[in-house]
Amino acid sequence: MLAESLALTAALFTIGVIGVLTHRNAIIIFMCVELMLTSVNLTFVAFSRFYGAAGQVFVVFVMTVSAAEAAVGLAIIIAIFRHRQTINLKDINLLRG
Amino acid sequence: MLLLLQAAAAGNAASHPLSGTVAEWLWLLPLLPLLGFVINGGLSLNSARFGPADPNTPGHHPHSEAAAEAPAISHAEQAGAVGDDHHVVKRHRWAGVVGIVGPGVLILSFALALGMFLRMTGAPMETPFVQTYFSWMATGDLSIDAAFQLDQLSMIMVLVITGVGSLIHVFSVGYMRDDPGYPRYFAYLNLFVFFMLVLVLGANYPVLFVGWEGVGLCSYLLIGFWFSDKANADAGKKAFIVNRIGDFGLLVAMFLLFANLGVLDFIGVNERALQLQAGGALVTAICLFMFLGCAGKSAQIPLYVWLPDAMAGPTPVSALIHAATMVTAGVYLIARSAVLFSLSPAASLTVATTGAITALFAATIGLKQWDIKKVLAYSTISQLGYMFIGVGVGAYVSGVFHLVTHSFFKALLFLGAGSVIHAMHAAYHQTHSREDAQDMRNIGGFRRFLPVTWVLMWLATLAIAGIPPFAGFFSKDEILASVFERAHGSTLATATWLGIPGSVLLYIIYGIGLLSALLTAVYMTRMMLYTFHGPTRTGAEEEKHLHEAPWVMTAPLVVLGVLSVIGGWLNLPEVITDLIPLGPRETLGHWLEPVVGAATTRISAGEAHASATVEEILIGVAVLVAVAGILFAWARLKPARLVRKKDAVAEEGFERIVAEKYFVDEAYDRAIVTPTYAISRNVLWRVIDNGLIDGFLVNGSAAVARGFGWMGSRLQTGNTGTYAWVLVIGVVAMLGAFTLR
Repeated sequence: MLAESLALTAALFTIGVIGVLTHRNAIIIFMCVELMLTSVNLTFVAFSRFYGAAGQVFVVFVMTVSAAEAAVGLAIIIAIFRHRQTINLKDINLLRG
Repeated sequence: MLLLLQAAAAGNAASHPLSGTVAEWLWLLPLLPLLGFVINGGLSLNSARFGPADPNTPGHHPHSEAAAEAPAISHAEQAGAVGDDHHVVKRHRWAGVVGIVGPGVLILSFALALGMFLRMTGAPMETPFVQTYFSWMATGDLSIDAAFQLDQLSMIMVLVITGVGSLIHVFSVGYMRDDPGYPRYFAYLNLFVFFMLVLVLGANYPVLFVGWEGVGLCSYLLIGFWFSDKANADAGKKAFIVNRIGDFGLLVAMFLLFANLGVLDFIGVNERALQLQAGGALVTAICLFMFLGCAGKSAQIPLYVWLPDAMAGPTPVSALIHAATMVTAGVYLIARSAVLFSLSPAASLTVATTGAITALFAATIGLKQWDIKKVLAYSTISQLGYMFIGVGVGAYVSGVFHLVTHSFFKALLFLGAGSVIHAMHAAYHQTHSREDAQDMRNIGGFRRFLPVTWVLMWLATLAIAGIPPFAGFFSKDEILASVFERAHGSTLATATWLGIPGSVLLYIIYGIGLLSALLTAVYMTRMMLYTFHGPTRTGAEEEKHLHEAPWVMTAPLVVLGVLSVIGGWLNLPEVITDLIPLGPRETLGHWLEPVVGAATTRISAGEAHASATVEEILIGVAVLVAVAGILFAWARLKPARLVRKKDAVAEEGFERIVAEKYFVDEAYDRAIVTPTYAISRNVLWRVIDNGLIDGFLVNGSAAVARGFGWMGSRLQTGNTGTYAWVLVIGVVAMLGAFTLR
């Protein structure tokens, strides 16, 4: 049972990573990051089924933090869009050496 | 601090005859001049005007053609030395205090030295009185103390330095009175005496070396005293640089001594030197390197070139540093290291030969010089050559004897010349003439204006020429007699030098010595004739202003005159006291016996003195030569025919070569100075400095850093995707590393 759960979360996490690596749109990347967070939450839940309730407590924490992160992250994306009329990360490279 | 020093010193040498006596105040001898330096130096900083007179000062002549031709001395002394009636004299505001402090500390020092001397005469001592103050450097096997030692040789030197030094300081009070740099002058002069005393009192070679370098520094500062004239500053630099070559030799000698003997203090070196193989390559190398140092300091061939240029300094400086004391340091060093030199006949013969060649060479140049101070400068080089003949043939007493008498009559000659120049400047100043005040063609007939100086300088001239019973006669005769004696039987006579048998070489040196004595008599008489006799060529208007110097300047001359007459009594030879009972014989010889006696015996190899008849003949020849020189010059030279410098025609042929000092300066310029410049500019600067250091090392290391920086900056694409890729690859790599381990 655990193996299947972990396989599912690993698949979800990998999809998220690939999404982050391949996309240029900040919103999509953001959503992929959320997907990775969610897959990790699923892992916690799956483990708590076998090893006690501590994992479920973590899930609550992660969800809280990701909510805050989503708020801040979306605000930043909006600010960038207002400033540069694009959220294509290819065009946002001010820190190039 | 003084109490501390004395407390530290009190513990040493408890059993020595001098311990607990006035000699315990040994450290005060150099400290008094140092105190003078501090006071005068402080006062010199507290002055509105620093350095030589600026061109707007009334007492300054603008640059002239004459000054351009004879750049170094004449002009500079016009700038400083002369007072003035109808111009406002700009004396330094502290001149009064300085005039008391400057000579005062020296006179106190001299009184103290005299006290010690009286103590020493009452307490015969075989070993030096050593005072150790603190450990100066102690690393590994090397242990050097800051220590002074007083023995018979140091005592003589201290008496000469403080005694003659005091007289010259007093003379300077008058001579430099109206110079704006008055306190600075006395500060340097006091500092010089301090270092000179350190030099002769040091108990080991490093302490001596401190004094050795210190006097070099003061010499540099005083030669370039009127430094606003570039020629004077250049002369100072020349003296300093040429002396560096010699100092290198002295340093190497010290390294060799330490490496092979393990000690550097005089007592230790004298004891352990006997372990060295007599006549071996090592002791010869040590002595030759040491002699290189002496040749630099004492202006011997090939390093003599700085001394004539050193005449750019004020005349009392020439008297004190470049005639009486500093330049004799080389003679002192050889006498001090007599044990080493006595072990190496080859080195001793080198010293004597160099001295002889220098004596003759400088004497010939002195024949054709027109600048009164240049004549005296070459005369000094020549007389120093005599001293080196003396110490070279192992007659250390006669070398030191000549050193002492020479300091009397040469100081007198220089101060007398200063008195003449003083009068010339005063006269030229009044009439705003721009002539060369030191050229004898512009002087002439001064016995009418400076009778005291005239008489005294004749005394000194007779002394240096070697006319009995003046001081120079006894010392010079003793040197020549010693050479003759050594040629007959000594370790030197049996040795060979560059393939020449020692005895032959010594006879040649004796001949050269006689010839130099003849030339000495000629050029000194020439100087006196052209300066004091015949018509005055200074100019009708100027003549009215010529006058004898004030008493503060003539009084030291009188004292030196007396010393030049009676100085020979220091060391009357046996052969003379047998003929005429003048007084105790060989006083100086007996006095110096504990210091150089053993070394002298080793060189003379136990041979007895030459017979009285031979010595009488030698003395007769020497006197004859001196008299012949004076008479020849008197008969041959006609001061009346001289014309003033500006009307004079240039010499031709051999005379020109001599007048131009054999073009040695020019040769050195071509052979050493120009190539050094060329190498410095083309190789050291363009290739090494610009190419290697700036191009490769400095800019190269910068380029490497920039390259790495460029590579690092390529990683910073600013593209979030790249960062994410790097991050993921890193995580995967780490995970892989952990799982596959």
